[in-house]
Amino acid sequence: MPVLEVKDIEKSFGTLQVLKKIDFSLEKGETLAIIGSSGSGKTTLLRCLNFLERPDRGKIIVNHEVIFDAADPVTRRDSELRKKRLHFGLVFQNFNLFPQYTVLKNVTLALELLARERPDYKQRKKAILEEIREKGRNLLAQVGLSDKLDYYPHMISGGQQQRVAIARALALEPDILCFDEPTSALDPELTGEVLKVIRNLAERHTTMIIVTHEMDFARDVADRVIFMDGGVIVEQGSPEEVFGNPREERTKQFLARYKGN
Amino acid sequence: MNDIPVIIGRLTESFLLNCRLFALTLLFSLPLGLLIAFGSMSRFQPLKWLIRTFVWIIRGTPLMLQLLIIYFGPGLLNLGFSWPGGTSGRFVAATVAFIINYACYFSEIFRGGIESIPKGQYEAGQVLGMTKSQIFFNVILLQVIKRILPPVGNEVITLVKDTALARIIANKEIIMMAGEYTSKGLIWPLFATGIYFLVFVGVLTLLIGWLEKKLSYFRA
Ligand SMILES: Nc1ncnc2c1ncn2[C@@H]1O[C@H](COP(=O)(O)OP(=O)(O)OP(=O)(O)O)[C@@H](O)[C@H]1O
Ligand SMILES: [Mg+2]
Repeated sequence: MPVLEVKDIEKSFGTLQVLKKIDFSLEKGETLAIIGSSGSGKTTLLRCLNFLERPDRGKIIVNHEVIFDAADPVTRRDSELRKKRLHFGLVFQNFNLFPQYTVLKNVTLALELLARERPDYKQRKKAILEEIREKGRNLLAQVGLSDKLDYYPHMISGGQQQRVAIARALALEPDILCFDEPTSALDPELTGEVLKVIRNLAERHTTMIIVTHEMDFARDVADRVIFMDGGVIVEQGSPEEVFGNPREERTKQFLARYKGN
Repeated sequence: MNDIPVIIGRLTESFLLNCRLFALTLLFSLPLGLLIAFGSMSRFQPLKWLIRTFVWIIRGTPLMLQLLIIYFGPGLLNLGFSWPGGTSGRFVAATVAFIINYACYFSEIFRGGIESIPKGQYEAGQVLGMTKSQIFFNVILLQVIKRILPPVGNEVITLVKDTALARIIANKEIIMMAGEYTSKGLIWPLFATGIYFLVFVGVLTLLIGWLEKKLSYFRA
């Protein structure tokens, strides 16, 4: 049973069509890697799934519920989207941590704000906030940062910041966690620690979509791979198929460039 | 009549007018400036350009002119209202002129500060399910405050000195008071007013420095 079905998503910026009939689905617990050259629309696709961009056409279905349908104005409303976007989490290329909050607070802030909407918030405030902090500490332990809870983002390395960003996204327990080139803003010696955390999540069967230029990592961790070019999905399949035995000429050319490096 | 304690007393008393004008202007122009800043960034184009034109006019003309127009305008233009009579009317008119003028200056600083925050900060908040106002108050605002503290500090210090302009519509502020002694042949009260301003500005400088230090715990 697929957690996510993306049906014929299209997106244009002005006259430039960036996504054309993007159609795929994702099973629960699967890791999907999206590869493709620069400008092929990978970031735009993730931004559409997280409603940072609004698709012009198409549907997004999560757990058989249509959470977005471009043809249905009700699902396009801002107020609707705010709740529904919580099905997705997004880890940005350049982390986007909140600089004025500690590592722990970065992870717990959104939960604390959401908790205010709970009916029992006033009576149980202290207990609720402590539960949230406990959850934050556990998540930070999971990404190996138990000793950095009270640090501010500028005090820790890029790799550590990205691990905080992952914990922050996990805190909201999204059905699908998206990564947009999570290691490409990092010095080479720091990518390993972040990839290790993601690999760990894959082993725990976290449903993930990872846009990446790390081909070895994609091949190793992904259950399925999508190759995009010029706004279309050119080829998709298992890593063995896409990397080992690509059918399409464009895929072959793209992969050849990486082998060359 | 000319003995020092009496003169000092009257200078101090008139400086309270400068202080009141300063405090009221800050109290109202800071929030009003934020509102104007939002207006000048509005996606509704007519509102945006109306506000930007207004800000341009206020920032492009002398505060002294604005004081005169706001004080005399309502009566002479038959606007259907006039300021209350006497000293209180003159003070209210001056306060209104100062608030409008400073709100416009602050709005430009706020706008610059808000626009300088990277888009990624908003998007990180959005992706975490925060509402627009939660993002503004919990994520953006403190970063903006940190960034605009130096230029706001400069404006605040300028405001202290600008309060002397209120005399143009006969508010008896400290320099006007000292001027009365000068016309009687006494120069030292004029020098003394300088000390009042220096001390006030000095205290403010310390306060702003302290605030900047308070916000130096993070980088934005
Ligand atoms: N907000 C926007 N306005 C206009 N054009 C945009 C916008 N965002 C993206 N584009 C364009 O859409 C195309 C796809 O961009 P996108 O960022 O999705 O590519 P990408 O596959 O993520 O590339 P990269 O590997 O370089 O990150 C590019 O041509 C880009 O210039
Ligand atoms: Mg991209």
